[in-house]
Amino acid sequence: MTFSPQLEAKLEKLINSYPAGRRKSALIPMLMFTQDEVGSVTPELVNEVAKRIGIPPVQVDEVVTYYSMLHKKPMGKYHVQVCTNISCLLWDADKLYEHACHKLGLGHKEVSPDGLISLEEVECMGACSWAPAVQVNYDFHHHVTAEKFDEIIEALKKTKTQ
Amino acid sequence: MLFNPPSPLEIKVLTKRFGLPNSAHIDTYLANDGYQAFVKSLDMTQDAIIQEVKDSNLRGRGGAGFPTGMKWGFCPRNSPKPKYIVVNSDESEPGTCKDRVLIENDPHLLIEGVLIAAQAVGAKAGYIYVRGEYRYLIDILDKAIGEAYAKGYLGKNILGRGVDFDLYTHTGAGAYECGEESALLESLEGKRGQPRIRPPFPAVAGLYQCPTVLNNVETFAAVPSILQMGGKAWADLGVPKAGGTKLTCLTGHVNKTGVYELPLGFPVDKMINEVGGGMRSGKKMKAFIPGGSSCPVLTGDEAWPLTMDYDAMAKAGTMLGSGGVIIMDEDTDMVKAALRIMHFYQHESCGWCIPCREGTTWIKKLLTRLNNGIGTGKDIDLVGDLANNMLGRTFCPLGDAAALPTASIVKKFRHEFEAKIKSTMVAIPAAANNPFVVV
Amino acid sequence: MADLVNLTINGVAIQAPAGTLLIDAAKKVGIEIPAFCYYEGYSLQAACRMCLVEVEKMPKLQTACTLPVGEGMVVRTESDPVVKARKTTLEFLLTNHPLDCPVCDKGGECELQDMVFRYGAGESRFTEMKHHVDEKQWSPVVFYDGPRCILCYRCVRVCNEGMGVGALGIVNRGVNSEIAPSHGDHLECDECGMCIDICPVGALTSGTYRYKTRPWEMKHVGTICTFCSNGCKTTLGVRDQQIVRGNNRDRSGINDEFLCVKGRYAFDFVESPERLTSPMMKVNGQLQEVSWAKALAAVAAKFSEVKGRGGKFGVVGSTKTTNEENFYLQKFVREGLGTNNIDHHRSGDLVTLIDALAGRENALASVGDVYNAKAALVIGTDLSQEHPLLAFQLRANYRHHNSNIYMVTKGPVREDAVAVAAVRAEAGQEIAALDQLREQLSKESELLVLFGGSVKGEAVRKLVAFADSLGIAKIKYICLVDYSNSRGALDMGLLPDLGPGYKPVDKAGLSLPQMMAATDLDVLWVVGANPLARYQLASKPFVVVQEMFLTETAKAADVVLPASNAYEKSGTVTNVTGEVQKLHVAGKTMGTKPDLEIIGLIAKEMKINAGVWSSNAVFEEIRKAVRGYNIPLPIIATGQAAQTSPLNGRVPVASAPELIQPAGNTLFTSGSLGRYSKKLTSVLEYPGQLYRP
Repeated sequence: MTFSPQLEAKLEKLINSYPAGRRKSALIPMLMFTQDEVGSVTPELVNEVAKRIGIPPVQVDEVVTYYSMLHKKPMGKYHVQVCTNISCLLWDADKLYEHACHKLGLGHKEVSPDGLISLEEVECMGACSWAPAVQVNYDFHHHVTAEKFDEIIEALKKTKTQ
Repeated sequence: MLFNPPSPLEIKVLTKRFGLPNSAHIDTYLANDGYQAFVKSLDMTQDAIIQEVKDSNLRGRGGAGFPTGMKWGFCPRNSPKPKYIVVNSDESEPGTCKDRVLIENDPHLLIEGVLIAAQAVGAKAGYIYVRGEYRYLIDILDKAIGEAYAKGYLGKNILGRGVDFDLYTHTGAGAYECGEESALLESLEGKRGQPRIRPPFPAVAGLYQCPTVLNNVETFAAVPSILQMGGKAWADLGVPKAGGTKLTCLTGHVNKTGVYELPLGFPVDKMINEVGGGMRSGKKMKAFIPGGSSCPVLTGDEAWPLTMDYDAMAKAGTMLGSGGVIIMDEDTDMVKAALRIMHFYQHESCGWCIPCREGTTWIKKLLTRLNNGIGTGKDIDLVGDLANNMLGRTFCPLGDAAALPTASIVKKFRHEFEAKIKSTMVAIPAAANNPFVVV
Repeated sequence: MADLVNLTINGVAIQAPAGTLLIDAAKKVGIEIPAFCYYEGYSLQAACRMCLVEVEKMPKLQTACTLPVGEGMVVRTESDPVVKARKTTLEFLLTNHPLDCPVCDKGGECELQDMVFRYGAGESRFTEMKHHVDEKQWSPVVFYDGPRCILCYRCVRVCNEGMGVGALGIVNRGVNSEIAPSHGDHLECDECGMCIDICPVGALTSGTYRYKTRPWEMKHVGTICTFCSNGCKTTLGVRDQQIVRGNNRDRSGINDEFLCVKGRYAFDFVESPERLTSPMMKVNGQLQEVSWAKALAAVAAKFSEVKGRGGKFGVVGSTKTTNEENFYLQKFVREGLGTNNIDHHRSGDLVTLIDALAGRENALASVGDVYNAKAALVIGTDLSQEHPLLAFQLRANYRHHNSNIYMVTKGPVREDAVAVAAVRAEAGQEIAALDQLREQLSKESELLVLFGGSVKGEAVRKLVAFADSLGIAKIKYICLVDYSNSRGALDMGLLPDLGPGYKPVDKAGLSLPQMMAATDLDVLWVVGANPLARYQLASKPFVVVQEMFLTETAKAADVVLPASNAYEKSGTVTNVTGEVQKLHVAGKTMGTKPDLEIIGLIAKEMKINAGVWSSNAVFEEIRKAVRGYNIPLPIIATGQAAQTSPLNGRVPVASAPELIQPAGNTLFTSGSLGRYSKKLTSVLEYPGQLYRP
């Protein structure tokens, strides 16, 4: 497997961040960065990463299945994550999530048929003082109301037609 | 830039550069006392640096509150192994969002704190472990690290003083457990974020089994001001046994939610009513969590007279924790809150040990049922009993973190559980009139 | 000796060396602290929380498996808070554990059952839905039932640390955590079954044993595995004369609980449908079943006739038959038939080693030495494939004692991972390569040398000279031979030029290739061997074969006598390190006879008195006649191993290195025997199977 030149450069820098013989340290960042480009952690990617790090594939699997941001199945191009943890809940995040489900016609970890948007109910993302919060891929949205949520989604949908 | 309008009651030590134009840039930083403490540390002995930190009464800001100077002192500086600095920026404790604000507004403050720690123990490399969700902070940090290399504050022969130090960012991938220091180290070594058996503690055998200084972002960020002000002066900002200021995240039902830098020992009522602008819609406070969802819950009445410091909170049966204050008003459904908190710990339990893995799952199932009003008084007792059966018996503190809020909610808000059951109860005919019951 | 620490456990004052874990210290004085995840010899987990104990002055209950003893420590292991903690932990554990004990293989010998019985979480307060996932098959022999798994991680550690394979991992998180195989949905590993054996519950079950029986319906026969020369004790579970299981849970024997795929699963050759159960004679070029009486009479008549006219016999002994059978055979052949034309398949040059080490004491190592030696030099063998127990011990030695291991092999081997130095050398070129290690080796205080069949003849002498030149005070050797009683065959004198105990005979007979090449051979008598798989007969002798199966050799026989195997007879065998152990009868196959009895009956039929053909009587003779075999009988009678040493004076025969042919078996093959094990062939045929480092 080969990646884009930018990603290859990033991975090269990553591997060199750790002392000699400690290549395995690069495993989780490598999975995160390559997942961003590949879309999900495919079996092919597991083997590729295992090869690059020099560990058996089962050690990669152990890690992939442990961390909640690593997905074996592809998520949407825009992965919409709604926090419903306590601080957001106190600002009605449960109702926001319900609204999101209706708006998108998706449930937890479901992907729209066109692969554009996926939805996930997530745990605390560190936006507690600006609740309720939503993350689209890595972008934060704060104090999200139902209306604001709809605007975000409409903007995402527009990118498809462009 | 993410920050809220400051409160006049804040004492701005760590956050003093917040709001400056281009505050994350090294030029801004250097123009505002930046890296002066590090320069100072270059002329200090390692013992002197550690002594200053000890004098400051700085306690770990991640939540456990362990004295930082003492922790640094445990690091065997004469060990032939390389020493490492690791920054815990896996901020995941529900209710906590202070490290994010610190890094976004002033990344060089963290870098300077790390450099001083490296001086104190003789470390040559450091890693900033940033939770996966904070990807944009990694970009900010990478940029700041690049600036520091360019200006000679990182790399080989720093400032021509013969000191070497390399600093790297490292992304997590979504696991609350990695906020626990030994689990973070496992994760940093490319493994599942499962905690290690301790002792040995990270100070002695941390990253790659080498001596490691591992602290929270805010802890490192406090160090430059300690060296500049002097440990004793810094300590005097707070209360005896806990010095300085603490970044406090006001969340939940207050008018002005946000992150505020308040001195330790700040009164709760003043914090809510003046800093936080009072309860939302003027409601009454029903429940109060001082520092992240792992803390035992206090009732409003219990919380009002307290002050925000380690000892006062401990005396009240809870903990100061991470600084994530969660305020719940009179309309809050406490059964739902208990369920949401347990849902989180069940989701984040790593599965390593039996009581946590099975306990959180069982309690979550029970609470789901009770939240739907299905159950009996016995089920309510069972929730409390199971929480106590987890308490103190798990491999790492996650079990306690799940048990403590649950047990306290069941104890203090039992009537709400009972009311839910009652509200959905189907009338069953008395036994004598019930054809299905043999009397 | 470490300093002793004084502590009190349950009111009993005890002493233990500093650094001892509390759980071990308690065990030494007979106090059992329960645990699932703690397992002696493997890394600590502290995951199951069953070993929590109360320690005075410590605020919380402590895990006895991670807490080292401390001076003045006061410990309570069965106090009310401790018992309550255990009971509640079990209650948690049972929430998602299926209570399918009635059909679970482990029922009756399950550690979880025992623990629940002891701490009595008899009533469950759990009324929610259980978490369920379906059972998976990972290989022909390994099945995994996730819900039953209590996640003690013993299997992961035994595979990784014990076997050096690392084929098991942990996937998912929290309550969804489970054990996963090396390659997504299947295993590529040694198939040793150590993971199944070490599982405290019925999560990992074996393809041979599952759903066959309840443990209490079996009788357990501790005997010696017949597949390789390492001499592992295997405890065979027998129900209704059928062997249904092999393991060594009682940790008796030199292998502790270790067994490889052959010892654990390959016993099914015993009940192969191809097993010969009746004597056969060739009539009109076809083998036909006949009675024992007729077959024996025919053999005896032929032997007497050939002996009477001074004809030429050739006798091939076995590397799998017992010492008693081997001794009795060579005695009958030498004294009864009057010939030294006797040989066997030699796989290692022990003869030259004994000669080179003449006059030394304690120069031959035991299996225990492999675990204890401070340094080991392994030459010309893929130890993990050919000598799995020795490889296991070597890894344990590295793990527990941090011993220095040096490898000189043809290609990369698994032991490289634990070696301080690994040198590559072609077969036969190993000695020349040793100089690269001279500097490192000469710093060692003691050394164990293991060498395979490619080191033979002069090379063995050079090896000894090299080791002597290092200036190391204590050097021991293991000459690797390959079959279950290869060593016994040598010691008992199944050689044309050496009698029992390596005593030279007056006039050397024909070696195995010489017999095959002789143009005037009258009788070829093969006892448990298959020479025609490797050689062609130059003449047309009368062929008598004692065999279990219709092998290449048996097919060419005039008379075939169906023999019992090691699991069906008593007697002793000697392993690669010269340790003698006793066989025990696990079952019988109708129609077969042990080779000792067959030889005895032939002698009787020929009216030759070769002595009583009972193994005890013959062993008494061996103790008197064979150098080194005068071992204390109680040791072997109680199922232990007694080491013999044939070292004494020079052995004045020319070694014939060309006769030494290493078996070259892998973990999944064992000459002709392995072919008849369905289990072993199923593992071999399984795709992507053979694990290589």
